[in-house]
Amino acid sequence: MQALYAQLLVGLINGSFYALLSLGLAVIFGMLNIINFAHGAVYMMGAFCAYFLLNIAGLGYWWALIIAPIVVGIFGMILERTMLQWLSGLDHVYGLLLTFGIALIIQGIFQNYFGSSGLPYQIPDALRGGMNLGFMFLPVYRGWVVVFSLVVCLATWFLIEKTQLGAYLRAATENPTLVRAFGINVPRMITLTYGLGVGLAALAGVLSAPINQVRPLMGADLIIVVFAVVVIGGMGSIMGSIITGFALGVIEGLTKYFYPEASNTVVFVLMVLVLLVKPTGLTGRAA
Amino acid sequence: MSTLTDDTLPVPPRAMRDEMVAFGIMAVLLAIVPLTGIYPFFVMQALCFALLACAFNLLVGYGGLLSFGHAMFLGTAGYVSAHALKVWALPPELGIIIGTAAACGLAVITGYISIRRQGIYFSMITLALSQLLYFIYLQAPFTHGEDGIQGIPQGFLFGVFNLAKPTVLYYVVLGGFLGGFLLIYRTINSPFGEVLKSIRENEPRAISLGYKTDQYKLLAFILSGTLAGFAGSLKVFVAQNASLTDVHWSMSGEIVLMTLVGGLGTVFGPVVGAFIIIAMQQYLAGYGQWVTVIQGVIFVACVLTFRRGIIGEVARLLRRSL
Repeated sequence: MQALYAQLLVGLINGSFYALLSLGLAVIFGMLNIINFAHGAVYMMGAFCAYFLLNIAGLGYWWALIIAPIVVGIFGMILERTMLQWLSGLDHVYGLLLTFGIALIIQGIFQNYFGSSGLPYQIPDALRGGMNLGFMFLPVYRGWVVVFSLVVCLATWFLIEKTQLGAYLRAATENPTLVRAFGINVPRMITLTYGLGVGLAALAGVLSAPINQVRPLMGADLIIVVFAVVVIGGMGSIMGSIITGFALGVIEGLTKYFYPEASNTVVFVLMVLVLLVKPTGLTGRAA
Repeated sequence: MSTLTDDTLPVPPRAMRDEMVAFGIMAVLLAIVPLTGIYPFFVMQALCFALLACAFNLLVGYGGLLSFGHAMFLGTAGYVSAHALKVWALPPELGIIIGTAAACGLAVITGYISIRRQGIYFSMITLALSQLLYFIYLQAPFTHGEDGIQGIPQGFLFGVFNLAKPTVLYYVVLGGFLGGFLLIYRTINSPFGEVLKSIRENEPRAISLGYKTDQYKLLAFILSGTLAGFAGSLKVFVAQNASLTDVHWSMSGEIVLMTLVGGLGTVFGPVVGAFIIIAMQQYLAGYGQWVTVIQGVIFVACVLTFRRGIIGEVARLLRRSL
């Protein structure tokens, strides 16, 4: 039983990353009509940012949690201003190809300087140790990752679905021309949206640094799983992305316990099943 | 919305003539390669990738479906052919047939699943399916995991042609490439190809005209996957190994890059693109991961400034169809 709970926890943690990343992908796709292939690369940049902050500037985990998403978010906004914005009006596929190229550049550069092995990142002192819950031993840091991701996901959902800014954002997703006619600066909103999505990925990277080590290719395989998550959940709904992300993480964790050989493939197999039964995805509209 | 390719369809007879002349020039140039002292293995490898890129281009350039998982056909055919040649000790022609048939079967299944969604979702689904296959091959015993299948015997094609001789192998690979190329060319210019182009331009209209577009897309997917598999089977004889690299997503990315550089939806673009990318990898092999960075830069440059690709630009400049 202990092992089952442990795998469930690992599943929940992976689910947090899936949720944070697919949430960002959905927000970006809504505004820019681009599938951000560079999402795995910016996730990795978030983790490296935390590593640099600690080893060069001497700023610890808590600072990294704030600074890394902002720095990487600004980097994302520069990318959007200098490159992505020129793709509006072209076929969606070009956005995928451009961001794939950007991902190759970023990952290639990091691989050149840091090889393929992992760099260690310590768990902050306040989150070390564990708690005995009676039925299982819970490492504090892992519990923190799950709770904090959930809070961030819900805050993002609240920002988009319940605030004035979110209302502009949703309106601009539906009809950018009309929203511009009301005097709202839509191009700036698009830039900020891309920054937000990228910042969420960077935040996931910081959270994952103490668990998965800091590696140049840490996001490369993850992003493909997240694509499958997005195909399963659809990108039409923010809450849908969050729930699908966590649910698939848990299913993956259960698979690791009951049939470990399939743990790498279970998300892809589920994607195939969903496509066969309900081609539009669980929450998505036909696209 | 603008479509992936914006070729202004020229008058067919002249277009056909231009393309046949270009094909003749290409065939003659490739045929005299062994006389020129150019390293034949480089050209053979490039020819395999050129056929692969042409097969990929059939789907994206004429059907508007960007597959981000075409490496799965390359790798599957490669593994099956390699296994058939080495473990079952089958003759080369059977090895090629079995490998290509395996890719065809895979294309039937993956095509049936992936054409259920369009556009960007199609790309993500094909990518996810190829990753699924990657993990299966990583764990399956017959692929020997990280080591791959090595030291594959080349044998005698039809019991006559000794494929261990570079010149003989070269002409066999060239024959395979030209055959595959002509088949793709014939497909593009058939009524089937015309319907495919109409689906690319405007699918709802094609449906309203009574075409069952899903069937056309599936058939195009199967044809493309099978030919990609054929390229993978040929490559086994050149490289004499089959490894996980051929199924990895980065390989799928390279196939996309070759076609993009040469020109999406052009007849000869993928061939030119494949030669350029393979040559680049050859010359920059010593620079480690910088090759990845350069590939990324080419992707970005192509998408931002050069969407027609080399052959697309040349064709526009000369006002010819290539």
